[in-house]
Amino acid sequence: MSISEKEKELLKGLANNDKEAIEAIYRDNYNLIQNLIINNNGSEDDARDVFQEALIVLYEKSKTESFELNCQIRTYVYSVCRRIWLKKLQYAKRFESQVEFLEDTVPVEEDLEVHDKLSHQYGIMRSAMGKIGEPCKSLLEAFYVHHKNMIEIASFFGYTNADNAKNQKYKCLMRLKKLFFAQYKNGN
Amino acid sequence: MDHILLLEAVERYLRGEMNDEEKRSFEDMRKSNPELDQMVVEHHFFLGEMDRYGEIKRFKANLYDTHHTLQENGEIKEVNSSSSGKIAYLWNRYRRIVAVAASIAGITALLISGLTVAFSPKAPIRDIEELRRKVTYLEKKTNSQSLQINDVRKKIEPGTPIKFGGTSFLVDSKGYLVTSAHVIQDATRIFVQNNDGQDFKASIIYTDLEKDLAILHIEDEDFKNPGSLPYSIGRSSTELAEPVFTLGYPKDEIVYGEGYLSAKTGMKGDTMAYQISISANPGNSGGPVLNKNGEVIGILNARQTTAEGVVFAIKSKNIHRVVDEMKKKDSSQHIKLSSNTNLKGMDRVQQVKKIEDCVYMVKVVLK
Repeated sequence: MSISEKEKELLKGLANNDKEAIEAIYRDNYNLIQNLIINNNGSEDDARDVFQEALIVLYEKSKTESFELNCQIRTYVYSVCRRIWLKKLQYAKRFESQVEFLEDTVPVEEDLEVHDKLSHQYGIMRSAMGKIGEPCKSLLEAFYVHHKNMIEIASFFGYTNADNAKNQKYKCLMRLKKLFFAQYKNGN
Repeated sequence: MDHILLLEAVERYLRGEMNDEEKRSFEDMRKSNPELDQMVVEHHFFLGEMDRYGEIKRFKANLYDTHHTLQENGEIKEVNSSSSGKIAYLWNRYRRIVAVAASIAGITALLISGLTVAFSPKAPIRDIEELRRKVTYLEKKTNSQSLQINDVRKKIEPGTPIKFGGTSFLVDSKGYLVTSAHVIQDATRIFVQNNDGQDFKASIIYTDLEKDLAILHIEDEDFKNPGSLPYSIGRSSTELAEPVFTLGYPKDEIVYGEGYLSAKTGMKGDTMAYQISISANPGNSGGPVLNKNGEVIGILNARQTTAEGVVFAIKSKNIHRVVDEMKKKDSSQHIKLSSNTNLKGMDRVQQVKKIEDCVYMVKVVLK
């Protein structure tokens, strides 16, 4: 089953983190997932978390080179959400009443395994970032996440010149790397 | 300071910001200095992680904004969280008690239903809806007007409480009819009404509750033997997907319906019945199910209330069995089931025209 041109466009947009595409996918699918979660012992917050995680899975998938979706976005998102939610229910031992899932699903186990690994690494980076404290965190994020140049950063953070900012950035980066690799090596 | 410059060089190299000459000399340095090489590899990995971290962070921020926007526009359905939260809370708090109570209730219910089944007369399965029709007093009133006009035909005194309606059809032109046993259950008197609205007195001559079949006989001097019946009562089984049709009285006039055979067994694999996909309503019970050649293949008796268009029909070979059993017990009745069809190859309208005179409404007077 091939997917429509419109869906292909949406997926391209999603891979580029395009706001309109995200909004369209969100609008088309969120209520379905919310119903699914709420009808199965979940809350609104659970629904939002599960849905957003599923979109991250799709985002990660859409960025890979060999990316190909063999079903509708709706089916894929539904399948991922179902899998994630079943896992959470089992984890929380809330899996007591009959769980009802009415829509078609596709196998997503492999994608979720990839996602779990990636999200583990993301978690390590986030926790390392949390530990280095401010202003290191903002400084590094300005350079590495928002791709600002050193002159902008220097003026934004109030350094007298770019070299001082660079010096500070270097110190911060060394701390971050140390924290990151310590956890990364422990984790693996 | 050296370290800072070195790191900057590594980053520029990794980002492809060096010109060719710089790049060549940097690569030579990498080759001769394993420490630098290791640093490049490590930093490459780290920057990759950093990039991904940034991407996901931006993506998450986008998701968060989108959620917020859609929620403000009312495009995300509001859930009554206070009540569901409360229910969830109560559920979490009392689920153990609820579980115990539910299992006690369950056991009690099973026990009671077990006792009920053991001590009560055998009744048709209750989670299916039998298709006999409740004829209300109101309908009776409108009916009585036409009955007054046609006084000669009137057999039922006005005011007689008629409770249930069903359908029956002739299986022998001498006035023998077949219907569902549940249609005539608890009846004191029975009338059958033909397609012209004429009533005839009838009596029950045999019932088989297990097969849900009953044989009636018209005992009325106004009844004229039609000679031969247009359809036959089939003996062989029918194939899946075979188109079928039925005639019956879900209302005060005859109604035609068509469908197909959807399974060779009935409710819960009951081999005595077929499953048919057809539109049927209360009042269709006892109606004949015919195939395109004009063979009666079954008698409609129930529909599943939990599903749409699932109707069950007792297989017609059971009519043969019931007649055989009856003959053993009571040799005074000489039923000869119709075995020839003269409807083959006719179009449906012509077929129905011939059959409709042989299909009767059953009116039951209760105690």
